[in-house]
Amino acid sequence: MSDKTLIVEALQVAFAGVDVVRDLSFTLSPGRCVALVGESGSGKSVSARSLVGLAGSGAQVSARRLSFAGQDLLSLSERQWRAVRGKDIGFVLQDALVSLDPLRPVGKEILEVLQTHGYGDRHSRSARVHELLERVGVPDVALRARQRSGQLSGGLRQRALIASALALDPALVIADEPTTALDATVQAQILAVFREIKARGAALLIISHDLAVVAQLADEVVVLRHGEVVEQGPMQQVLRQPRHAYTQALLAAVPSAHPRGQRLSPERAVQPAIAAPRGPGEVLLAGRGLGKRYLGPDGLLRQVLEDVDFTLRAGQTLGIVGESGSGKTTVARIALGLLAPDQGEVLYRGQPWNGPGDAVSEARRRPLRGEISVIYQDPLGSFDPRWSVAQILDDALHVAGLDAAARPARIAVLLEQVRLPAALAQRRPLQLSGGQRQRVAIARAIASEPKLIICDEPVSALDVSVQAQVLDLLADLQEQLGLAYLFISHDLGVIRHVSDQVLVMRHGRVVEHAPVEQLFAHPAHEYTQRLLGAVPHLPGTGSELVVPPLDLEHEAFDLFDESRLWKIAI
Amino acid sequence: MKPTSLAVTDPRRERWAALGRRAAVRLGGGALVLWAVATLTFFAMRLMPGDPVLAILGGPSSNPTPEAIEAARIEYGLDKPVAVQYLLYLWRLLQGDLGVSYGQHLPVTRVLAEQGGATLQLTFAALLLAWLLVLLLTVVTAGRGRLVGGLASLAETFSASLPHFWLGVVLLAVFAFGLRWFPPAGSDGLASLVLPAFALAIPLAGFIAQVTRESLELTLEQPFVLTARTRGLSDLAVRFRHVLRHALLPGVSLSGWAIGALISGAVVCEVIFSRKGVGRQLYQAVQTQDMPLVIGISLVVAASYVLANILVDLLYQWIDPRQQEVTA
Repeated sequence: MSDKTLIVEALQVAFAGVDVVRDLSFTLSPGRCVALVGESGSGKSVSARSLVGLAGSGAQVSARRLSFAGQDLLSLSERQWRAVRGKDIGFVLQDALVSLDPLRPVGKEILEVLQTHGYGDRHSRSARVHELLERVGVPDVALRARQRSGQLSGGLRQRALIASALALDPALVIADEPTTALDATVQAQILAVFREIKARGAALLIISHDLAVVAQLADEVVVLRHGEVVEQGPMQQVLRQPRHAYTQALLAAVPSAHPRGQRLSPERAVQPAIAAPRGPGEVLLAGRGLGKRYLGPDGLLRQVLEDVDFTLRAGQTLGIVGESGSGKTTVARIALGLLAPDQGEVLYRGQPWNGPGDAVSEARRRPLRGEISVIYQDPLGSFDPRWSVAQILDDALHVAGLDAAARPARIAVLLEQVRLPAALAQRRPLQLSGGQRQRVAIARAIASEPKLIICDEPVSALDVSVQAQVLDLLADLQEQLGLAYLFISHDLGVIRHVSDQVLVMRHGRVVEHAPVEQLFAHPAHEYTQRLLGAVPHLPGTGSELVVPPLDLEHEAFDLFDESRLWKIAI
Repeated sequence: MKPTSLAVTDPRRERWAALGRRAAVRLGGGALVLWAVATLTFFAMRLMPGDPVLAILGGPSSNPTPEAIEAARIEYGLDKPVAVQYLLYLWRLLQGDLGVSYGQHLPVTRVLAEQGGATLQLTFAALLLAWLLVLLLTVVTAGRGRLVGGLASLAETFSASLPHFWLGVVLLAVFAFGLRWFPPAGSDGLASLVLPAFALAIPLAGFIAQVTRESLELTLEQPFVLTARTRGLSDLAVRFRHVLRHALLPGVSLSGWAIGALISGAVVCEVIFSRKGVGRQLYQAVQTQDMPLVIGISLVVAASYVLANILVDLLYQWIDPRQQEVTA
């Protein structure tokens, strides 16, 4: 057990005879970090799980060599595997809200590892739990250990999850998307915890789709696509001089590296027919002094919005950026007229649109509803799963008041506008990919020929390259149709790429409001500076080039995150 | 914007306090339900055809003198206006006086005390047995591939669709008269409890198992289950320590409803297996228009139903403490 090195040679994983990972090889020695990078479906997670013998039932794992600390992993029985898991190899999953048992206190979760492997007695185990939580930077450990993951903030529960993986000081730590779903400032803190783990001499295997995170930790990078290694080498070399086209595309798809108007994805199908004039048009939507309070579960009133102003002009994009709980979704719901503010008012083209209580009736709003559309993060939840794409669009056109006879032709035009093949019209939402679904959602949003679309985290659940295509599509549609966007995101890179004006929100207040270039070049408010500073950078791009965390809410947890958002919003 | 109160109070004490508050609220609600049941039964019995005085004096076949009828009418307070009778009735209820059974000429409370125990025994034995069957069947077989799961869920659907009376008769024929393992009738000892308890438990188990299996299979897919496995836990430990607690919730809710179904099932079982119990008494009391006994039994059944649902509600909160944050 002297040399705790992980050796993977020609790893192959198949489900029902179909390979999902082919010929993956790398060596990981103590104190080093290897990163497996790829988009969803690239086989990176299943590779990581094979290393602890949990690739799933029905998985056929084979390799020329798969050994850790001189022990052949492939020949282990289930009982032997259990002795390795948690003791020699610690495993951290993404989003501790669902990766820790939500019904148990986090302290018990950490205790479980100690009990399973027979560590010490009652007292020493309890002391060890506190020591571990302190080590990963959890304050008030005695209290926190008795709280459930749902009662902790995102950063604290991710720390608790990491603490449970570190319980027995494993020589190898595998982290599968450990910072996904975290806000930028929290992400920076968690990355520091991992750097510390590495510095203590553990070997670290990071699974991520986020190149900026990888750049912070990895010594070696393995880029996977559809289960195959497309590029592999030292981190500096792979990220600075990517040789494979896919790695280059991944790097190029990062939105903030490109100013407004520049394309993120290579192909461009349609040239804009009419270029609508840009520049300041009439004021479409304006919020004045918006405030909103909610009664919390503890019986205390919480101010979720306070004195928020915004102005959105025709043909422009107003970006609203903030971390979770900053009130950005509440602004979206008030702007849509779905929720009445407690103070202030919203004007649409100078007319009252929303106000406290029943200041503006839904009957007054209804004739104008078609002019304001909405796109959500998770389109699947907003589609009837039994309807085909054609039915979904037909329904939207029906609501918009179009004759039944004219609808099929219009559906064809809409699909072309969002660049979906006409053959997809007969498919149902579940049969579409994430990117295709979001295109259908966009087609539905433009069906009523709106002047304004409210986009609530529209690309957060998408892979980098798909995200790039959707952002390009939105930019093209804005140019062709003269649309205005109220664009809500926690992702600074996306906000920078799409916005003309940016509103930075924190704890329900607007802390900064500025034109996009000014905001990113000279952030005035201390919080904006901190937000920009917390974003991990790619190597060699300088401080001016900000690469934000992408795809923060991973696709698998869409519905979950959505429900959390609503809880905050309602 | 996190609630700051969490930082200063002990989470465990907080939990018990919330549980206590919830119990108080639910008990208050339960009292209202009982009052409503008492009122409804009172007026429903008034609407029944037939003169209660005749029932008191020995049923429709007897032939009492007009003087005897008048005397009984005054003795039982039936000459007063209905509103007064109702208030008197409520006043006596509050004092725990359920009146005297017309048919048996015994205080209703005494009849209930003698018969209630047997029914409670049967109901709770059936509920426990049902859960035992559910756990045995589902925790071990859930998520074990299509053949095992398919066979198990076929068995569940089949048993959920068995009617009590049919199952009771079949169990009697096979295990009491055929194999002679258990006594066919009576209500003394554990042996006489086995067959009626199974007759009640099997359909209920099939029903609860269906929902429990589904939620077990959903829970097994959750990321925290994978996390537990990466700690080196064995498969059974993962299932019992993590998965089961999540998967219990729908079945626990169903159990509250099941108490009601079990009591009505007990009426059938008590007749089939000639057991003591309020089910049989109710059956006879309705036939002879024995109003105080009908009201007494209805109230006791309603009270146990209310109590069971309060317990289920508290159990639910205890299993899933997240509920408190939403409802407390």
